[in-house]
Amino acid sequence: MDDPGDNTRLVGRSPARERLHRATELVIETVIRVCGVSAVIFVFGIFYFVFREAAPLLFGGLDLGQLLTSSAWYPDSSNPRYGAFALIAGTLSVTLLAMLIAVPLGLGAAVFVSEFCTGRTKEILKIVIELLAAIPSVVWGFIGLVILNPVIIDLFDTPVGLNILNGAILLALMSVPIMVSIGEDALKAVPDAYREAAEAMGATRWQVTWRVLLPAARNGLLAAVLLGVGRAVGETMAVLMATGHSVNVPDSPLDSVRTITATIAAELGETAQGSNHYRVLFVLGSLLFLITFLVNLTADLVIRGVKKR
Amino acid sequence: MTKPQGIRTENLSLWYGQFQALLDVSLEIHHGRVTGLIGPSGCGKTTLLRCFNRINERIDGVRTAGHVHILGEDIYAPGVDLVELRKRVGMVFQRPNPLPLSVRENVLFGLRIHFRRGELRKDELAHAVEASLKEVGLWEALKDKLGHRATSLSLEQQQKLCIARLLPLRPEVLLMDEPCSALDPAATQRVEQLIRELRDRYTILIVTHNMAQARRISDECIFMLLGKLIEHRRTEDLFISPKDERTANYVEGRFG
Repeated sequence: MDDPGDNTRLVGRSPARERLHRATELVIETVIRVCGVSAVIFVFGIFYFVFREAAPLLFGGLDLGQLLTSSAWYPDSSNPRYGAFALIAGTLSVTLLAMLIAVPLGLGAAVFVSEFCTGRTKEILKIVIELLAAIPSVVWGFIGLVILNPVIIDLFDTPVGLNILNGAILLALMSVPIMVSIGEDALKAVPDAYREAAEAMGATRWQVTWRVLLPAARNGLLAAVLLGVGRAVGETMAVLMATGHSVNVPDSPLDSVRTITATIAAELGETAQGSNHYRVLFVLGSLLFLITFLVNLTADLVIRGVKKR
Repeated sequence: MTKPQGIRTENLSLWYGQFQALLDVSLEIHHGRVTGLIGPSGCGKTTLLRCFNRINERIDGVRTAGHVHILGEDIYAPGVDLVELRKRVGMVFQRPNPLPLSVRENVLFGLRIHFRRGELRKDELAHAVEASLKEVGLWEALKDKLGHRATSLSLEQQQKLCIARLLPLRPEVLLMDEPCSALDPAATQRVEQLIRELRDRYTILIVTHNMAQARRISDECIFMLLGKLIEHRRTEDLFISPKDERTANYVEGRFG
């Protein structure tokens, strides 16, 4: 430091300014810290409130075995029975079928947008796909009721078109946009050096995608799929309108079902606060929470397992 | 089979959009020798190298004129199979770029993309891995780590692996774009040693910034300046008695 000008400035700062400087620094740091921690607070907060409403019933006489294995859902009967097996089966079947449709479609679209498309086509496609994400779920439900319903009746010759297939198609279309945008980000993050290396060895674009990009972007693509699953498990309005709302353990994709979310949405408004029916719906809410938590945890473990190798 | 030919270009020019990066380059590179490409930054030596496997075409707006014959075939003729070309002309990049796969799968990558699953026998694959890694001197170090991710190796091992993965396809030309610039001096020495050992069986073309390196490993040397080929001679001649004044100025370090 032999520049005297620099030196005088370093020393010459007044103590008052120095204190102000420290104070603002502290405030900014605190604000940022709060932002970071708030996510954790919200998650725990939501879980706490849901669980608080559920707890009195959960620990006060609810037959958990019945809840998980029986499909007798008669919460309002004089002899109430809370068997949620059919609802769980409904949620899982719709989600599973939705993912069977959405994963190939979403990841395929992500690969197409990221690797096989350039310029205007790419921009237009991205905008349209993101527009798909902006459609409200009640509108999707409407499409299921009015458009898909008769199509399914015609195509499969079934009496009702409001069933697992209908709901799954809607959920698939709803979760595709998030899969595409997260998936495309994951593919874009793969260093170009990998593509170049593979191409220089004579790989075709398809081989580059299949043998290099998909393995390299595996974690990001898994995250894309799981966000899609999360969206599908938690989606309420569209499945409420499109799956037929009948408590039923399905044995074909053309059966009508009712999901956990649809049950909560449809029944919570009708119950007396604090009643057993009210509380059992919160138990179902906790169950949903548990399902998404397990999905995320599995994903985490999978990713970590992959990393170790 | 006739005597393997190297690379021959006739009036090769290349444009990036409006900018002309190569001007009428005509040269002949011989099989079984190491040819060094030297010149200051931006002189077009890497661009020239990247013409020989047509990897330049990944960039939009690249246009070429003239002819490049590799192994007796015009590689810019219409209908040339890029896949087949790149199988015969391997490339090593400036930064080691092993694929994010296992060591084994990196070595086998070329075989996997050029042959169908049914055409590859298990024992042949195992043999290819061992032979290729032995050829680059990695076998002893990596034979128990074939399942490890290639990206976790040291830079020197990564770069040697990048050379090894070209070998199972039996290329005839190896293009190397400053292959040692990311390595420390000891690793550089060992990779240079490897290049010398490979020389007899391949046409090796190596771009380097490092004139001492060009002197150490090349048999012939090409000096380029502003997209033009200035001088192409035996390495010792080029360094000791350059014909062109610009070559003399460059090899004596007066510019560059």
